[in-house]
Amino acid sequence: MNLVLQNARVIDPVRKLDEISDLEISDGKISRIGTALTSTFERRDLNGAVIAPGFFDMHVHFREPGFEYKETIESGLDAAMAGGFTGVCCMPNTQPAISDPFVVSYIRERAAGHLVALEICGTMTNGRGGEELSPMAALAKAGVRMVSDDGAAVRSAEVMRRVFEYAKMYDLLVTQHCEEHALTHGAVMNEGMVSTRLGLPGWPAVAEDIIIARDILLAEYIGNVRYHVAHVSTRGGVRLVREAKARGLVVSCEVTPHHFTLTDRAVEELGTNAKMCPPLRTSDDVDAIIEGLRDGTIDAIATDHAPHALHEKETDLASAAMGIIGLETAIPLGLTHLVGAGKLTLSQFIERSSIAPRRLLGLRPASISIGEPANLTMFDPAKQWRFEESDIRSKSHNTPFLGTEFTGKVLGVVSNGQAHFL
Amino acid sequence: MASTRAASIQPKTAAFSPNGKAFSSPKRKDLLTVEHLPLETVLHLLDRSDHYVKFLEAPGPFQKLKILEGRTIANLFFEASTRTRTSFELAERRLGADVISLTPAVSSLAKGESILDTIRVLEAMKIDAFVIRHNVSGVPGFLASRLPHNLHVVNAGDGVHEHPTQALLDAAEMRAALGSLSGKHVAIVGDILHSRVARSNAWLLAKLGAKVTFVGPDTLMPRNVAAVFGVDTTNNLDSILDTADAVMMLRIQMERQARGFFPSIEEYREEYGMTPERMSRSTALILHPGPINHGVEIETEAAYGERSLVLRQVRRGVAVRMAVMEWLFSNEV
Repeated sequence: MNLVLQNARVIDPVRKLDEISDLEISDGKISRIGTALTSTFERRDLNGAVIAPGFFDMHVHFREPGFEYKETIESGLDAAMAGGFTGVCCMPNTQPAISDPFVVSYIRERAAGHLVALEICGTMTNGRGGEELSPMAALAKAGVRMVSDDGAAVRSAEVMRRVFEYAKMYDLLVTQHCEEHALTHGAVMNEGMVSTRLGLPGWPAVAEDIIIARDILLAEYIGNVRYHVAHVSTRGGVRLVREAKARGLVVSCEVTPHHFTLTDRAVEELGTNAKMCPPLRTSDDVDAIIEGLRDGTIDAIATDHAPHALHEKETDLASAAMGIIGLETAIPLGLTHLVGAGKLTLSQFIERSSIAPRRLLGLRPASISIGEPANLTMFDPAKQWRFEESDIRSKSHNTPFLGTEFTGKVLGVVSNGQAHFL
Repeated sequence: MASTRAASIQPKTAAFSPNGKAFSSPKRKDLLTVEHLPLETVLHLLDRSDHYVKFLEAPGPFQKLKILEGRTIANLFFEASTRTRTSFELAERRLGADVISLTPAVSSLAKGESILDTIRVLEAMKIDAFVIRHNVSGVPGFLASRLPHNLHVVNAGDGVHEHPTQALLDAAEMRAALGSLSGKHVAIVGDILHSRVARSNAWLLAKLGAKVTFVGPDTLMPRNVAAVFGVDTTNNLDSILDTADAVMMLRIQMERQARGFFPSIEEYREEYGMTPERMSRSTALILHPGPINHGVEIETEAAYGERSLVLRQVRRGVAVRMAVMEWLFSNEV
C-alpha cells in the first residue's frame, strides 16, 4: 500500500511529536515525514486533522464462538475499524470460553488478514468457573498476553492468590472484573438515590472497591505481578489504584467512555441501554474518574464493547442483558467530553487510547517514525456530527448514544498494509 | 443483514423509562406512578372515590353503571394477587366494562421478552386498557412505552417501585377519617426496602401535605431513603406513637428473615409489631395493606379494633379503582 497523507497534525506522544506535516507510506511502512512532500502516490488531504498512533481497545466482547447472533469476529473487527481502532483485545467469555489454546487459534484464524489486529485474552480459571486455574502456560504459548474471567470476579481469595502466583510465571497481565457478587444479587443499576426511587435492586460501589482492595493486597503479598482493574467505575476504586501506584505496585486500570460520560440518572431516561456492569455511577464518581484520567491513575480508555441482540435489550430492566456497544462511539465521546471539554490534552487522550493499552499488553507501540509499519488513527477533533444507526458496523445496535451530537469524528485508519477511510 | 432488520424494528426514541414519563404524550392517560401524578388529578380521584364509596354502601341490589360500556379491559397479573385483582375486576364490571383477567405464569425473570409479546397479542384483539401487576419494577411503564397512545395502562403494583391505587385508597380513607391530611403525621412501619406501598404512599402523602415517618430496622431501609422521599426515618416505633395520626403496618415477608434482614420473627414483633400495649399508648388510626400476618406485624385486636381502617381500606379499594377507570376514559386532566 502506497499513500500520502497531506496537511495533517501528526501527534505521537512517545516521540513528543506534534506538528503539521505530510506523511508518506510506502509498502505499508512510513517512508517520509515532512512538509510539501512530492510523490506519485495516491494523496489524501487531511486539512489539518490529526494523525495519531493507531488506537487500541483492550476490552471488547466479540461473542465468537458461541454467540454469533450478537457479534462475530468479522463484524466486531469491522466495528473497530469504523470506530478508529487498529487493534483490540477480545475478552474470553465466549462459549466455549477462551480457556484452551484451540479456541485461541480458532479466533486468530477468523481474524487473519483484517486491518485491525486482534489480541486475545484467556480466562484465569477454567471456563470462568472460578475454581481451577486455566492452562496459562499453554495459553501464553498460543500468544495470550492477558487473562481475565471478565463478566465475573474470581470469588475465592485462595483461587485468586493461585492465579497471581501462576500468571506471573508467564508475565501475564491479570485483569479482574471487580465485583463482590455477594453484594450484587439481582442488581440492575447503581445503588443510590435513583435506585431507591425507582425501586430497582442496587449494585453498591463498595462491591467493586472490596475486590480491588483484596486484589491489590494479594498482588502486593505475592509480588512481581501485573494487576489490572477492568472498567473501573467508582471514586473508591480510583483512590485504591492511585494509592497502590504510589506504593510502587504494578497496578493499572481502564475506564469505559460510558463511565466518564453518563451517570445512573441515565437509567431513567434511556432504560436498558443504560444497564451496564459495572453500572453507571454518580456524578461524584464521574468527577473522580476524570481526575484519575488526568493524573494518570487511570492508564487506559477501553470500551467494554458488549453487543446484544434487540430482544435482549427490548425488555424490562431486570430481564435485560448488561452492556452496550462502544467501538463506534469511543473516540467521539473522548474527543467531546475529555478533549473538547478541556479535561485532557489531545496528547494525553492519545496516550490513554493507544500507547498505554499496548504497553500494558506488552505490545510494540504504534510509533509514527520512518521505517515503522504505518499504524495510524486519523480524526478531526473539531468536526461536528450526529451519530446515527447507519454509522454502526457492529451486528448489534444496543447503544444509548443514537442521535447524540459529537464534536470530533474519526476519518480513517491505516494498519496491516491497508487503509480504510470513512 | 441482521443489522438492517434490527434497524427497521428498533424504535427511534430511546429505550423505555421505568416511570413511563418520557413517553407520555399530551393525549396519553396512564396511571403508572404517584410520583408524577399531578395534585389536581389526585384530588379528583379522591373525590370521585368518595362518591363511589357512597354508591357501594347504598342498600339494595347493585345497579350496574354504563360509564365503561363497550370498553374492554385486560387485567394482567404476572404476580399472584387475589385481593387486588378482584378489586380491579369488580370496579371495572360495576362501571359496565367487558373484563378479562389473565395470570400468565412467569417462572423466571428471563421470560421478560414474552411480556411484550403477551401484551401485543392482546392489543391486536382490541383491548382499551391494561391493568398490570409485575414483580419487576418498571414493567408497566415499559409496556406503556411500547403501546399505541390511544390505550391506557394502570400500574397495579410493580416490583418495589409503586402501587398507585393502594396509596390512593389509603389516602382516601385517612382523609375521610381525619378530615384533611394537611399537617397530619403518618408513620409507615416495617419492610420499607421491599415496599412499593411505602414508596407510593410517601409520594402521595407529601403531595397532600402530611408528614411521613418511615419506621423499621436499617436493614430494611433503602439507601438514601430520607433524601429521596423527603421523609423522616426512625428505628424506634415507640418514639412516634404519641404523635402519629395514622400508623400503616406493612406486611413482613417471612422469607426476609432467612435472608438475614432481621434475626427472628420474635425480635421483629418485639421491636416493630403493633401490639395491644402499643395501641394503648396511641390514638392513631391503624392501616394495613394486607394480607395480614396476625401476631407478627400486627395483633388481631389492633387489626380489627375500633381505630382500624383495615376493612374500610378494602371497600375503598373498589371505589378508588372505579374512580381511576372512569378517569382514564374521561376528559378530566
